[in-house]
Amino acid sequence: MDGIFLQQLINGLTLGSVYGLIAIGYTMVYGIIGMINFAHGDVYMVSAYLAAIGLALMSFFGLHSFPVMILGTLIFSVVVTSLYGWAIERIAYKPLRNSTRLAPLISAIGMSLILQNYVQLAQGARQQGVPTLLDGALRLHIGEGFVIITYTKIFIIVASIVGMGLLTYVIQKTTLGRMCRATQQDRKMAQILGINTDRVISYVFIIGAAMAALAGVLITMNYGTFDFYAGFIIGIKAFTAAVLGGIGSLPGAMLGGIILGVSEAQFAGLVNSDYKDVFSFSLLVLILIFRPQGLLGKPHVAKV
Amino acid sequence: MTMPLLEFRNVDVFYGPIQALRGVSLHINEGETVSLIGANGAGKSTLLMSIFGQPRARNGQIMYRGEEITQKSAHFVASNGIAQSPEGRHVFPDMSVEENLLMGTIPIGTKHVDEDMQHMFELFPRLKERRNQRAMTMSGGEQQMLAIARALMSRPKLLLLDEPSLGLAPIVVKQIFQILRELAQTGMTIFLVEQNANHALRLSDRAYVMVTGEIRMTGSGKELLADPQVREAYLGGH
Repeated sequence: MDGIFLQQLINGLTLGSVYGLIAIGYTMVYGIIGMINFAHGDVYMVSAYLAAIGLALMSFFGLHSFPVMILGTLIFSVVVTSLYGWAIERIAYKPLRNSTRLAPLISAIGMSLILQNYVQLAQGARQQGVPTLLDGALRLHIGEGFVIITYTKIFIIVASIVGMGLLTYVIQKTTLGRMCRATQQDRKMAQILGINTDRVISYVFIIGAAMAALAGVLITMNYGTFDFYAGFIIGIKAFTAAVLGGIGSLPGAMLGGIILGVSEAQFAGLVNSDYKDVFSFSLLVLILIFRPQGLLGKPHVAKV
Repeated sequence: MTMPLLEFRNVDVFYGPIQALRGVSLHINEGETVSLIGANGAGKSTLLMSIFGQPRARNGQIMYRGEEITQKSAHFVASNGIAQSPEGRHVFPDMSVEENLLMGTIPIGTKHVDEDMQHMFELFPRLKERRNQRAMTMSGGEQQMLAIARALMSRPKLLLLDEPSLGLAPIVVKQIFQILRELAQTGMTIFLVEQNANHALRLSDRAYVMVTGEIRMTGSGKELLADPQVREAYLGGH
């Protein structure tokens, strides 16, 4: 029992930190332009394909050491996925900036379908896979049972913490971060102070896509398989995490991701793994009913 | 005649079908303090915001240092030396006082930030006490001071102030106008929009009176203070 609990805690932390990374994209975009970017899950899916392409490129050039491969793949996937994020905003959302709130939402759903079908056409409908990059595991004996922590999982947790820490630093301490926060808090005033808010919005999409790409590379390392539809469920899970933490709140997205990942893993381990998605979405319904502003979100206050 | 710093030439502004500004012409010379007075809803704030193209003028021209800025973006205008403390203050609620002041430096970068922030803390000692406090937790007067200080952080060539006395206690209004007077004496060009005509006219070299989107009168601050019509309409007949 203890063994299962600890094992699922590790699994949950791994999954949760990845949910958190993807949730960042939802929460930042919502914070700055008030829309749910339903194509974000598919941006993650694209990044998983890019990770595979990156790995293939690495081995084509004869680079086989783990640090070089993972770093090269990360850079490749993050850069190209960021371009996707930027382009999606320019093509599908920016022209709708001053229309009704519903218009960009529908455009986002369209974008999601376009990405799925484009990848299906370009890469085929079959499931794709990558080989395991990082072999080996820690085996900890606890009482009667034992816990296995693969090096991959440790790498995922560490990389997620580094990614989130870096982003928190950028948002809190740099001019770019202050411009993002200013645009989020009062867009019109930000413009009057000389901020090109269209550009700031582009940056936010780039940051969100970059975080999704980090998640994409990490998950691909862990599971090894993905298909063109892989962004859907994980996208909605990350969205749940963002709502759980309080949509619009950056620490909320990270916390929400961890809580969702851990509780989902515990449910799967202790109750029934077939119903873990039901559990997650039941959680979403409960949050929306009882605490719609989320754990760290603020109740909506009308601006004076 | 020297070129005015800012000039409106026959500017019309509409909100949908409603005309908010009607053929407005006015100018502000370098170093002057000019105020625009008028009742609530006369179009004073619209006029200030139209400098930033929000809303954009439909007809006429807005000239800044001899260059037309009618169609320019808000961030272009701000980057070229016009700063505004807007109606309702619009400080960033979730940022500290220092961070709000840092936002004022976007047009010029952070080269002078330490020196300028020190200067703001001398002008507004209350801000120094609250430098790490979030802006939303401050009183209206403190927020107003912060909004003015934030505008000054960009070392503007033209400072626009929209209703700095709105909703503040008389003693705070007095403090704020005292600071504006000091700023004016340093040669700063100030364009002030006010309902508090008494304070505004006393401070100003020149003033314009706006009624339902039109400029009805203009003159020196002293002339308008003495004008019976102005006294009747804006100074409570005293």
